[in-house]
Amino acid sequence: MIWDWAFAIEILPRLGQAAIVTVQATVMGFALAATLGLGLTLARIAWPRTALPISVGVELVRSTPLLIQIFVLYFVGPEIGLVLDALTAGTLAIGVHYAAYCSEVYRAGFEAVPRSQWEAAEALNLNRGTALMRIILPQAIPPVIPALGNYLVALFKETPLLSAIAVLELMQTAKIIGSESFRYTEPITLVGLFFLGMSLISAALIRLVEARITQGVRR
Amino acid sequence: MMQDPMVRFQNVTKRHGSHIVVDGLNLDVARNEKVAIIGASGSGKTSLLRMLMALDPVDSGEIFIEGEPLTHMERQGKRLPPDMAHIRRMRGKVGMVFQSFNLFPHLTAMGNCIEAPMRVLGLTRAAAIERATELLEMVGLASRKDYYPSQLSGGQQQRVAIARALAMRPKVMLFDEVTSALDPETVGEVLTVIRRLGEEHDLTMMVVTHQMGFAREFADRVCFLHQGRICEEAPARDFFHNPQNERTRAFLRAVLEAG
Repeated sequence: MIWDWAFAIEILPRLGQAAIVTVQATVMGFALAATLGLGLTLARIAWPRTALPISVGVELVRSTPLLIQIFVLYFVGPEIGLVLDALTAGTLAIGVHYAAYCSEVYRAGFEAVPRSQWEAAEALNLNRGTALMRIILPQAIPPVIPALGNYLVALFKETPLLSAIAVLELMQTAKIIGSESFRYTEPITLVGLFFLGMSLISAALIRLVEARITQGVRR
Repeated sequence: MMQDPMVRFQNVTKRHGSHIVVDGLNLDVARNEKVAIIGASGSGKTSLLRMLMALDPVDSGEIFIEGEPLTHMERQGKRLPPDMAHIRRMRGKVGMVFQSFNLFPHLTAMGNCIEAPMRVLGLTRAAAIERATELLEMVGLASRKDYYPSQLSGGQQQRVAIARALAMRPKVMLFDEVTSALDPETVGEVLTVIRRLGEEHDLTMMVVTHQMGFAREFADRVCFLHQGRICEEAPARDFFHNPQNERTRAFLRAVLEAG
């Protein structure tokens, strides 16, 4: 028989443990991506002089494979005194990689706020920083939340890359189970199903949030 | 030249690329005077207000508010370009209402009116709310204070925008075609508010408008702009009854024919 139910159930607890690591990496990675991405965008607006270096950095990160970035951080990092455990290094790499994407999303959000909003703030004598944080930011974020949600799902689906540096997340655990038992069908299938289920749930949540936001805008 | 004007434009020029928008313009506005500025689109009316609001810099010339220069500053007898602190201090004397309202859509009517007083004037929330409540009452929108801009009609939004600008206690109020984006039936309510403002408050007002009837009965003086210069200016009665300049006559004819 190709599919062994008994074996599938037997490995579930181990995969469950690994799923926690996957979710951890996703949550931490995305938290970093969302905040760092926003920070980069705000810096670009508040201090125009930082715009060029930030753009170069963002382009560099977006134009090189995430896998290579993970390797660089984990294997080359120690050479320059940056010693991180695999999960931290991997999460950091994923977070920075997606921060680059998120910052572009945020930027689109800020650019979509009409110039006249800046002018109205200026005419009321609000300084640039206050205008940015109190007037522009609250208008720039809600429209881009769905796009950020899509990156959350994308980031989640890329966490198996962490298996390349032996983080005991789902994919790595499935591979280990496979090499121990010579049965790959069950672990790999279960991992796939887990990602499918979580992605579908996330997508539904994003749609829900999106609907609420559109409602808020029409208010 | 006027004695002790509230606002003085002295030989002010503004270019957009090679196009001269305002061309060596001189204009004095007295304290509490109501000046209507009329003219075809592109004649420099809006530029004039935007420079006074310090939204756009002048290319040459000087603007004074209460005798103090906006466009430069003097330090130890030296003439320097204005820094941000100087611009912000001078800008505090001026308030502006825009053609397209430009209310903050994520804030309620009240929120729109208290944000700047709290952040810029340092008012407490309670004090800002008290002041804003009075102003919203004055523009007839006290009952709508918790509505968001998108829940208000154009005329109501524009009245909130007027209250928002007044909350900063400006000495000069600028109105930039504030009824042009409104449905015809809501124009009246906004003009009524501006009229009352002129009657009940010590405010210098500069009103760019296409509403000739309003300019005639509201303004002390009317200035007709043509190609970035004041082509004709006169007390409102004289201006409309007996325009001197051929261009003014042509403009008034065209506007009146359009209805």
